[in-house]
Amino acid sequence: MRYLPLTSADRTAMLAAVGAPHINALFADVPDGALLDGPIKGLPSHASEMAVERHMKALASRNMVAGEVPFFLGAGAYRHHIPASVDHLIQRGEFLTAYTPYQPEIAQGTLQALFEFQTQVARLLGTDIANASMYDGSTACWEAVAMAGRVTRRGKAVLSSGLHPHYAATAQTMARFAGFALAYQAPTLTAQPDDAALITAIDGETACVVVQYPDILGRIPDLAALAEAAHARGALLVAVVTEPVALGLIEAPGVLGADIVVGEGQSLGVGLQFGGPYLGLFGCKEKFVRQMPGRLCGETVDADGKRGFVLTLSTREQHIRREKATSNICTNAGLCALAFSIHMSLLGGEGLGRLARICHARARATASRLAQIPGVRVLNSAYAAEFTVLLPRDARPVVRAMADAGVLGGVALGRLYPHAGELHQGLLVTASECTTDYDIESLAAALRAALKGEKA
Amino acid sequence: MNAPNPSGWRPSMGASAPAAETTSSGDHGLALEEPLIFELAGPTGTGVDFDAADEAPAPELMAFLRKSLPALPGLSEPDVVRHYTRLSRQNYAIDLGPFPLGSCTMKHNPRLNERVARMPGFADIHPLQPKHTVQGALGVINELAFWLVDLTGMAGVAMTPKAGAHGELCGLLHIRKALEARGDTRDVVLVPESAHGTNPATAAFAGFRVESIPATAEGRVDLAALTARLGPDVAAVMITNPNTCGLFERDMKIISERVHNIGGFVYCDGANFNAIVGKVRPGDLGIDAMHINLHKTFSTPHGGGGPGSGPVVLSKALCAHRLVPYTERHADGHFTLVEEEDDVDAFGRLAAFHGQMGMFTRALAYILSHGADGLAQVAEDAVLNANYVLRALEDVLEAPFAASGPCCHEALFTDNGLPDGFSTIDIAKGLIDEGFHPMTIYFPLVVHGAMLIEPTETESRAGLDRFIASLRAVTLRARAGDETLKSAPVYAPRRRLDETLAARKPRLVWREEG
Repeated sequence: MRYLPLTSADRTAMLAAVGAPHINALFADVPDGALLDGPIKGLPSHASEMAVERHMKALASRNMVAGEVPFFLGAGAYRHHIPASVDHLIQRGEFLTAYTPYQPEIAQGTLQALFEFQTQVARLLGTDIANASMYDGSTACWEAVAMAGRVTRRGKAVLSSGLHPHYAATAQTMARFAGFALAYQAPTLTAQPDDAALITAIDGETACVVVQYPDILGRIPDLAALAEAAHARGALLVAVVTEPVALGLIEAPGVLGADIVVGEGQSLGVGLQFGGPYLGLFGCKEKFVRQMPGRLCGETVDADGKRGFVLTLSTREQHIRREKATSNICTNAGLCALAFSIHMSLLGGEGLGRLARICHARARATASRLAQIPGVRVLNSAYAAEFTVLLPRDARPVVRAMADAGVLGGVALGRLYPHAGELHQGLLVTASECTTDYDIESLAAALRAALKGEKA
Repeated sequence: MNAPNPSGWRPSMGASAPAAETTSSGDHGLALEEPLIFELAGPTGTGVDFDAADEAPAPELMAFLRKSLPALPGLSEPDVVRHYTRLSRQNYAIDLGPFPLGSCTMKHNPRLNERVARMPGFADIHPLQPKHTVQGALGVINELAFWLVDLTGMAGVAMTPKAGAHGELCGLLHIRKALEARGDTRDVVLVPESAHGTNPATAAFAGFRVESIPATAEGRVDLAALTARLGPDVAAVMITNPNTCGLFERDMKIISERVHNIGGFVYCDGANFNAIVGKVRPGDLGIDAMHINLHKTFSTPHGGGGPGSGPVVLSKALCAHRLVPYTERHADGHFTLVEEEDDVDAFGRLAAFHGQMGMFTRALAYILSHGADGLAQVAEDAVLNANYVLRALEDVLEAPFAASGPCCHEALFTDNGLPDGFSTIDIAKGLIDEGFHPMTIYFPLVVHGAMLIEPTETESRAGLDRFIASLRAVTLRARAGDETLKSAPVYAPRRRLDETLAARKPRLVWREEG
């Protein structure tokens, strides 16, 4: 077996060295009957590299590749061009095969990269500080709610109807078991988010208001007004960003008054990967640092006075605090954070702004083309690169028909809100720098054909 | 002092006087310092070329525009490649040598798995594509799920948890749900004192009350104390098996039986599954739920701290209520992805989308490469390597449970017997100067100055001999009271770092001076 260096001669000699007559003598503590007498039956034996590659390739070929067709999906996972150097650098063995940096003297590469990542994230989100990453946007969102509970000592949160429904479901699953009360309902199809309704829902028991920005329908809530309303009632504003590229265009949530800003960092450097691994971003005001979840990397000096970096404030964490920890998280998303950071180091603030404007321009071109199709209407007044169109019928079969025609034409709201029939005519469409004029024409043609086909 | 490296080469400078500040650059040959990215360039410029022309934003968007761009440098590709390559060289990694961290299972990361994960059919598909356009991806999830179920002898598996601790949470929520479903309000989770810190933290996060169970002198769960505590308020016992002392819990079947008898569930922390994969099925031991760290047993790379992946295998008793999403295989060979709309009885979701697909492809490639026979060999070699280390060093380091019998895949030592003023940290830092990553230190907490060594099956015998020689040499220095050991490491990119300073005045982001 190509990954196992011990030879049978090694094994014999080593068994003798440890005084074991045979290998199963080392498994003597396994209770009677539980030690298997050979390889588990019905499972295949080892396979060559070529055979495994062939098998996996066959599975891969049964998927429609986003980059090979006109592609317009978003809803929390975004496709951008990733510079070749990003993937090259994260595959360096010193990054790829390192562990969590518990021995900082020999992990300065990872630690310095994390420190740079934290700085980039804080500046992007407009927060004082940021942590070294969370699992993904949805789990970061729940962690923000739990943190707001600790900060305010309140047990209730108001989730905006524009929050990604998977994020809301994740928070609801956790909140139910953690004894936290959440108010949430599905959105309605209006051109602008109903910030006023959200403000009305805040009361003296509310720990935080959670607002996605831009929201699941691509609309942009008025964060400054929401922050003011939340603060007036002693609550925190948690802003959720599922597409950080949009922050190259629209104002940073921290600047608008959000106390905690979480996000999904996948759109920079990480890629689609069918939903994971992704990368949770988590930034907040400095005064809340000791209530933050997740790993933090901090600057310090070594015995010679040289600048160096360490994991810090670990007294918040599970391996020290055990059942009193601020979070149970141990592993986070180190390599995805590195990919994000490398992509951001290439883009810079200027490149990010440029990228966001291009995505926005391609989205506008897409929206105006779709609006020409009879029966199709664009919902949003303002949007960055993702918007909602209303179709004359349920969007789910339309999306399926477009896929059969070789166009991945968006996300049907029915997929996200199966139980909210009034949303089922909505189709979420996202454009990016990858969107060509040909893609837009293909989408328009496929949509027109799908709508016609449904009528027939 | 023995020279641990076969060539006998040693740096010629004195241990307490590194070749400091003698160069104008601050670099020393291939030991390269690297500034922060923010110190390399100002907050303008970009290293990305764009095809499309820049256009003014839509008028409707004007009110929302960012007043200033984030102050972040954008470097050219050569500068970025050099920055991160130079940084990478300040890291230790499994590609450079053994990473004997007990309970972390740092084994070789096969590059085939990286190639597979990057196939566009896996890497470049969207989680919300129509299901008939991602049949291969659902096939991967389903195939891996079947392997995990078969390898553990369980009834089902929840694939979505994003790491081990997330898996613990998933397993405990299944237990909460099963209790709820039968109208049972019991809420105590018993956790052995030797458990990973994530266990009590997770139990508390899942809304349980945590109580600790002591260990016996031989390093196993105290069956009598556990039995005495079992009662109608006990929802579950969280056990690590093989345990964090590196020992198999001999009484596991009896423990499960007794917990089941009082109506509780048995959660097993699967962090140490590498010791028994292919040899023992946790289902045969009465386990109800166990997370499997794909980034440990199934070799998906740790990446400097994640991403991980922690699917949870479940007993029949816990399969009645599920989290979405999950996959189902149909008789005609097609796969369904079951989401909210298809399972109204599901009790929620743990994260957006479908889990760590990029880790699933790697883990499946790893499992297929080994097969059932190779995986059993993995466990056997991992256990043999650990016992080899245990027996090779027990004459110089105290091995508290060596007399309890063979260890599993990790060997536990303590710092008892070292002279005053010397402890585990000095051994660990001394190993760094020898060119090795230290073992897990000060864990488990049940012994003094723990050193937990997990060599894994991917170390050769010659490699183990080199590691053993180095650890022996460092231990002998400590035993001889060699004060220079206390300033170790001196050959690493940094010497011991001031962690107190970092925590007292946290500097978590870079700021311009002044």
